[in-house]
Amino acid sequence: MNEFSAIDGKDAAPVYNFAYLDEQTKRMIRRALLKAVAIPGYQVPFASREMPMPYGWGTGGVQITASVLGPDDILKVIDQGADDTTNAVAIRGFFETTARVRTTTVTEEATVIQTRHRIPETPLGANQILVYQVPIPEPLRYLEPREVETRKMHGLAEYGLMHVKLYEDIAKHGHIATTYAYPVNVNGRYVMDPSPIPKFDNPKMDDCEALQLFGAGREKRIYAIPPHTSVVSLDFEDHPFKIQTFDEPCALCGSRGVYLDEVILDDAGGRMFVCSDTDYCERHRPEDGSAPVAGWEVDQ
Amino acid sequence: MYVAVKGGERAIRNAHRLLADKRRGFRDVPDITLEQIATQLALSVDRIMSEGSLYDRDLAALAMKQARGDLIEAIFLVRAWRTTAPRFGFSEPIDTSKMRIERRISATFKDLPGGQLLGPTFDYTHRLLDPTLEGADIEEPARAEVTDEDRPMPRVTDLLAHEDLIEGDGEQEAGAEVGDLTREPLSFPADRDLRLQALARGDEGFLLGLGYSTQRGYSRTHPFVGEIRIGEVEVEIEIPELGFTVSIGEIQVTECQMVTQFKGSAKAPPQFTRGYGLVFGQGERKAMAMSLVDRALRAREFGEDVVAPAQDEEFVLSHSDNVQSTGFVEHLKLPHYVDFQAELDLVRRMRREYEERSAQESKEAAE
Repeated sequence: MNEFSAIDGKDAAPVYNFAYLDEQTKRMIRRALLKAVAIPGYQVPFASREMPMPYGWGTGGVQITASVLGPDDILKVIDQGADDTTNAVAIRGFFETTARVRTTTVTEEATVIQTRHRIPETPLGANQILVYQVPIPEPLRYLEPREVETRKMHGLAEYGLMHVKLYEDIAKHGHIATTYAYPVNVNGRYVMDPSPIPKFDNPKMDDCEALQLFGAGREKRIYAIPPHTSVVSLDFEDHPFKIQTFDEPCALCGSRGVYLDEVILDDAGGRMFVCSDTDYCERHRPEDGSAPVAGWEVDQ
Repeated sequence: MYVAVKGGERAIRNAHRLLADKRRGFRDVPDITLEQIATQLALSVDRIMSEGSLYDRDLAALAMKQARGDLIEAIFLVRAWRTTAPRFGFSEPIDTSKMRIERRISATFKDLPGGQLLGPTFDYTHRLLDPTLEGADIEEPARAEVTDEDRPMPRVTDLLAHEDLIEGDGEQEAGAEVGDLTREPLSFPADRDLRLQALARGDEGFLLGLGYSTQRGYSRTHPFVGEIRIGEVEVEIEIPELGFTVSIGEIQVTECQMVTQFKGSAKAPPQFTRGYGLVFGQGERKAMAMSLVDRALRAREFGEDVVAPAQDEEFVLSHSDNVQSTGFVEHLKLPHYVDFQAELDLVRRMRREYEERSAQESKEAAE
């Protein structure tokens, strides 16, 4: 059995424990999760395991999902907002094989949603857990590469460096030039990296009904935002935080106020904008079929 | 299409089928056996065992075959298997002075008790491609007779220790447990046991480059090869139910002890200090590089200035693991179009502002 057969080998009897991880490891991760929930935004070190998929491909999220998943859960996995991107397919296949849980693409149906780089457009409810895959959990990392230093800065809530960086952006460009992984302050205490979601999604984290869990496997960190916690994107009084806006609606479903991906249609500058959240888009299309159909859909 | 909006599952399945086909290669060429890999490509297998942190030649050979000869991929396969195995405990420290020696050399003494034993080495070969290894009718080389004199071969560091000219092995506190970075997240500053564990698992190429940098002035430590020895050592483990240690088998290891001069400090007399390298199987280059980096990382312990990358514990330990490195570097292949969209939007906006500004400036210049 190789690591690929997790996707192909649905008929092969798995020799692994429910959801792959052994119970000892799950207990260790759940302890870290409890601590993370108790101290919102604080990065809890945990003994991240080597998973059968590469570091940087969602091993942190996968370990959290494996630890919170029960047999009755319904799992949704998205990458870039889409259920059908290759890595989302691979991770969903992994849990279909190792945990045999029901999976879905419908946001409301899911009890556990593992995501990379997006928060679904459909508001989340109290019965849901959103699990983020995190590449670099330390919001201060690009300002200070040393873990010894950044942990100290968090301990002292010494976030001046981050404000200086944002101020320098304004001085140089007239606005803050961070568009994704935009830092937030959680519960008035810890500055936290929201993972590389577009800043468009930041407001959805604030006072969210669902439990939000963050896993960074390679960096061996877990952190969390409990339901109804305040999450504030860093800004200045005279330069308030603003999210991206799009001039046109989704070309497929006509939705406005959602995050759009640009799809290049030809080499002459032709392009269209479509929802990045594929589930939301599919369920908002006009029923009379009046929506244009993109070329890449016809190919399938 | 690369990021198919639909049909990702089918594409993945097909890609893996193609991979299996390519791995097998031409069907009229015999399939390579694991015995052939384990015995004839033994040094690759040894590296997979070392950096995979698992002493199992058969699994390493299997991983090598499955990975189509890609060593880092093979190391990854072994690590992913290893992580599912339960940990029963830890062994007693292996005693390399009781090693069944295949090779033992010292660069610091011309002759020494036990003598120099070259063993199977590439050293002093002329690196000329050997056409007799090519083709179907390969001449079998004559079997080399090994004279096993079984003479005692004390470690060079033990010889120097009699004069107290070299630091000792260090005493372990009673009941002390060695750290294990696969069970506890690494935190800094890390103790030497954890550093050595990280280096033993670390990428050979990365450590080679770092070790080399210490020879070129980025933290100069004046190293000498006190000794390199390769051979089999017994692994003993204490069984709690029995209350005494039993041997659970023999493993082949390569040990390198670098000896470096130390001028002494206010607290310590002038003496030689040591850098230590130990890897599974035959892996001399890695063991040497490891011992150079180990010594460089002890800078703080000896009150030396930390000025070079090889002395910087966070830098070295955070980047030495090739499974971590390759995962994060290669994850850039995953779709990033949500973030790229955000950047595209920003660059377009800044570009617009730039052009407006330039137009304004040229207008002012014209007036």
